[in-house]
Amino acid sequence: MVVNQKMLNCEQVWREVSNYVDSEVDAALRSTMEEHFRTCKRCASVLAGTRNVVQIYGDDRMLEVPAGFSRRLEKRLAQNAAVKGGGWSSWSAWLVPVAAIALIAGSLLLVNSLTRGHFIRSHQALPGNNVPPDLQVVVSNGSKVFHVAGCPFIHDKASERTMTAKEAMQEGYVPCTRCLRRYLKTGLTGHSGIVIADSGGAEEEEEQGEVLSVAGH
Amino acid sequence: MSEPSMTLNNPGQSGSMREQDLILHVQRGERELFYELVRPYERRVYAAALAILRNEQDAEDAAQEAMLKAFANIRQFRAEARFSTWLIQITVNEALMRRRRERTVVMEGLDNRRDAGRDNESEYAPRDFADWREIPSEALERKEVRQRLAEALATLDRKYREVFMLRDMEHLNIQETAEALGITVASVKTRLLRARLMLRDLLAAGWEQGWFSRLPFEKGNKPW
Repeated sequence: MVVNQKMLNCEQVWREVSNYVDSEVDAALRSTMEEHFRTCKRCASVLAGTRNVVQIYGDDRMLEVPAGFSRRLEKRLAQNAAVKGGGWSSWSAWLVPVAAIALIAGSLLLVNSLTRGHFIRSHQALPGNNVPPDLQVVVSNGSKVFHVAGCPFIHDKASERTMTAKEAMQEGYVPCTRCLRRYLKTGLTGHSGIVIADSGGAEEEEEQGEVLSVAGH
Repeated sequence: MSEPSMTLNNPGQSGSMREQDLILHVQRGERELFYELVRPYERRVYAAALAILRNEQDAEDAAQEAMLKAFANIRQFRAEARFSTWLIQITVNEALMRRRRERTVVMEGLDNRRDAGRDNESEYAPRDFADWREIPSEALERKEVRQRLAEALATLDRKYREVFMLRDMEHLNIQETAEALGITVASVKTRLLRARLMLRDLLAAGWEQGWFSRLPFEKGNKPW
């Protein structure tokens, strides 16, 4: 605004008072206005009141938020991140798939445990099917199979231990392919659910062990 | 009013440095830090939305939405801008967009367009010339005083209220205020002058009505 700076009247001062407070007037106009304020009580009051308004409304305490605003905002931000899966946090970005894998693995283990009930000592052996759990069987050191008492294929007879079939399977033993063959003929495996066509795996392994054992003697 | 103070994990760091660090971390994927970044500004964001929408629930919704937009676009933020200004501008845009959706705004918009042409010729003469005394800062501790001040502000026409809030309460500069509202710098200055003078008179009237009667002013003196 162009004004005659030597002849400022009150109306002209009022038009510029806001710019004056904001230091948006040039040095010459500022000087003239200051001179006017010194001599004009009314304009000094306008200046002081304007400054007061700026100061009091500019106080942070004038910016109030409703109760619970912060909590709701934080919750909304977290919900948004969860919905988008956009990695609200760097750790949760990989935690989710890891948790999913762990859940799947856990589920598989659970299924296995329900169907198999135990680990198997031999990778090549197959578990038994419908073995009476209370059947008294014999296991021995160095062997991976359990037998009925008196089975000729029990080796290291000095270390024989008697237990139930259930306990033997819980310890990872599998039925002898000779004396307990009937429990290996058919049935679902604990691994994949496929039908067993032949149960030779345990037998072969056991037999290999026997051969080695004999050879060692 | 100074910039909101930041919580410093490292006492040797300045608030702005801490903020820059937070921005970088959030941009690089540590998004759990976003709320810590915006928390100092949540009141300003809410107030900016309230200035435009004039409804607490709408303002809160707009403020939240603005924060989400800032979150989604944090990688686009460039260090040459003030983060607070960037955040407030997003909020203003969000609030203006919401207001445009409201049917009642149609008539208000027409009124404002009619008023806009009078910005440069508007004259507002102060009405009260009583002696000035500064309102002590402690006055704002009283909720009823803050309420009265908010009510006075709410009586202003929208175009004056918006400019005043962005400039004097949100502390955007003149240019930023103009950009945020899509008006000229000259309009900002004109509206700001009028808003300040009107509020000055409203507060003077409030003084007459005893708003500040419990304040320790000398008998017979107004705060201005």
